[in-house]
Amino acid sequence: MSVTERDIFSGYMTTGHDWNGIKELNSPIPRVVLWFMLVTHVYAVIIWTLYPAWPLGNTHSMGLLGGDQKIAVAADVATATAARADWTTALATEDFDTIRANPDLMGRALATAGQLFGENCQACHGAGGMGGPGFPRLSDDIWLWGGTAEDITVTLRYGINSPHPDTHVAQMPAFGRDGLLSGPEIAVLTGYVQTLGAGVVPDDPSEGAVLFQENCAACHGADAKGVEGLGAPNLTDADWIYGGDSATIRLTLLNGRQGVMPAWQPRLTDAEIRMLALYVEGLHTKGAEDAQ
Amino acid sequence: MIAILTPRERQIGMAMAIGLALLGLTMAALGGHDPIAVHGFMALALGLALVFAVGSVLEEPAPNPARLQQYYDDPIKVGIVLAMIWGVFAMTIGLWVAALMVWPDATFGQAWSSYGRLRPVHTTGVIFAFGGNALIATSFHVMQRTCRARLADQLSPWFVLIGYNLFLVWAVTGYFMGVTQSKEYAEPEWYADIWLVIVWVTYLVLYLRTLKRRAEPHIYVANWYYLAFIVVVAMLHIVNAAAIPVSWTGAKSYPAFSGVQDAMVQWWYGHNAVAFFMTSGFLGMLYYYLPMRAQRPIFSYRLSIISFWGITFFYLWVGSHHLHYTALPTWVQNLGMTFSIMLLVPSWASAGNALATLNGAWHRVRDDATLRFMFIAAVFYGLSTFEGSFLAIRPVNALSHYTDWTVGHVHSGALGWLAMVTFGAFYSVIPQIWGRTAMYSPKLVEWHFWLALAGLLTYVFSLWNAGITQGLMWRAYNSAGTLNYSFIESMEAMRPYYIARVLGGALFLAGICVGAVNIWLTIRGARDAAPDRPLSPQAAE
Repeated sequence: MSVTERDIFSGYMTTGHDWNGIKELNSPIPRVVLWFMLVTHVYAVIIWTLYPAWPLGNTHSMGLLGGDQKIAVAADVATATAARADWTTALATEDFDTIRANPDLMGRALATAGQLFGENCQACHGAGGMGGPGFPRLSDDIWLWGGTAEDITVTLRYGINSPHPDTHVAQMPAFGRDGLLSGPEIAVLTGYVQTLGAGVVPDDPSEGAVLFQENCAACHGADAKGVEGLGAPNLTDADWIYGGDSATIRLTLLNGRQGVMPAWQPRLTDAEIRMLALYVEGLHTKGAEDAQ
Repeated sequence: MIAILTPRERQIGMAMAIGLALLGLTMAALGGHDPIAVHGFMALALGLALVFAVGSVLEEPAPNPARLQQYYDDPIKVGIVLAMIWGVFAMTIGLWVAALMVWPDATFGQAWSSYGRLRPVHTTGVIFAFGGNALIATSFHVMQRTCRARLADQLSPWFVLIGYNLFLVWAVTGYFMGVTQSKEYAEPEWYADIWLVIVWVTYLVLYLRTLKRRAEPHIYVANWYYLAFIVVVAMLHIVNAAAIPVSWTGAKSYPAFSGVQDAMVQWWYGHNAVAFFMTSGFLGMLYYYLPMRAQRPIFSYRLSIISFWGITFFYLWVGSHHLHYTALPTWVQNLGMTFSIMLLVPSWASAGNALATLNGAWHRVRDDATLRFMFIAAVFYGLSTFEGSFLAIRPVNALSHYTDWTVGHVHSGALGWLAMVTFGAFYSVIPQIWGRTAMYSPKLVEWHFWLALAGLLTYVFSLWNAGITQGLMWRAYNSAGTLNYSFIESMEAMRPYYIARVLGGALFLAGICVGAVNIWLTIRGARDAAPDRPLSPQAAE
């Protein structure tokens, strides 16, 4: 059965096996294979000698150099934090005017805050703070809770309607759902709110105007221009958080609005919050530049 | 096709079909509104269809004993056709998933078409459905030819093939309905897993029985690899699928392991699914069809031994390299890393053995697209195994982990190795078992080859670039010593690569579609006399 033969092309003998016409050469293992095998095994032994690698009952081999990724990463983070401490401490403690006057500090703050904004804010407020349905635009001059870095720091720290005790609170009641206004009244009011672009006419006797003054003016102001610091938006401009079409306004009146922004303390450090505040404060200038 | 079964086999087959129908009926009845009921109805429908199919020939006379002088190729034919159907389906889903990375809204608002459900349909479809059917079909072919023995019986091959495809249908339709264990490459739920164990053990027993009947004194290398594939996949599956069902009449279960142990078991399984499903099995394929097509002896028998045992031994240790820099203890990571490096030499030895086998047949590689498929497969097998060992080094992994480089690496293996060697094997085996001298159109084989190669290169180059760009962006620091890019910026940077990936996938899909048409036309064409080695006289049981 086993008939070996010489392969003419390679010059090697076959092993004498034959499987459905397939034969095998009895050629030696190429030396390079053995060398590489040696090299990879030596590499493994070196790693095993230097670092933790093998289980030993309840523990494991420690290696000459030891090393544990948990300790290593904690040390790396500590080193990196220490390396940034000189300027992050200044950011956390100096007042904003001092920081704004320091171009080096501002440069570092804004370079860092861009990434922080992308990671933490952009998902809701959009790229460059352009906003979106339900999430206010940050790159304009319209602010619910103040647009200076000082104000923004407070908003960032404690959030809006967040579980934090110091949070900003602003709740628009569900006028329809809770029965504060009837269906026809909501329809009238919806129409009226859409006319506010022209401003409030003093002593307007129309039903819509009366309803507005009775129900809405307490927060949005008698002139409907909103009250910054109460979280009540201006209704006379073209800027809408949820939408200025009649269907959306009707929905807003029916169900109310309780927009939430999380409190970013302690998820972000004080320095990070203040960097972001400076960054967001600057967005409207940047937005204006981009518009040109 | 069924009439070739002996009357006794038909009776047992009938009983099994009734059993399957009853199993399905029970699942459907007890499942209520749970997805397990839907799967029960599927089993019931399949069982009834088989009852009618077998019942229609139950009383036919016994088949001609001359069949025992021939190889039993019917299950191979069905397996190949199923593999091609699954391949076209799964690659279409893959193209869709790739498109979702560019146009995320292309799910049409449906739950079943969300990314998280489509993705396992694609991975299971390609690896286990396309690859698995191809492995089962070619293993039946290779073991018969290299053992010079007919399959041990005529019923268990059908049980393996039909049972395995029922598992696949349960798996894939389950994903669409949201049924998943959430373990990558092991998503099917407990009842599908138990079913697969039964099927797989039958496969192992069939393989061993056929090997025992062999008329050759030695067992050919291809069979070592197929056997390693069957044995180790059984072991991996049984351990990793261990789970406790919430209820016997519902699909949901919870894994037996938890926490970091679960993660380790999962990646011990996951990496060895790559090793023993996507490597060992397909090496078995390569070891038969490549020398056959090249008409050259295997370059080195000794190298075969070294690479087989190296691959089989080292692979089982390396799963932890999927969990570098995670909660897994550092020592386990280091151990996995070193075994991954030692694994490289046996892997390259088998790729080198295949390429060196082509010495003296390079003119055939040039002229014959079928052999060229297998040549490219061996090259990409070598590239992927090098890349795999390289990515397993912890500092390298720190850059590559969680990036699209990993996805590129998997596709360099799945497209460049697994699919390429399968196409080469199919184009070799199809004319032979359907009694043709050649494929319907050698020109279409050329078209398939170049489409597949162009798609493969476009795909892997785009994702290599994507992954390295991502890794570098995630670790880039600015002059302030803080991170330079947010995650979303790295996503925006991916867009051109993801578009290129869609293009690559489309080319590859176009290739398999051309292949499917060519295979269909070959099957339908006129029957010529096919040369086949005679089977040594031996009685079947």
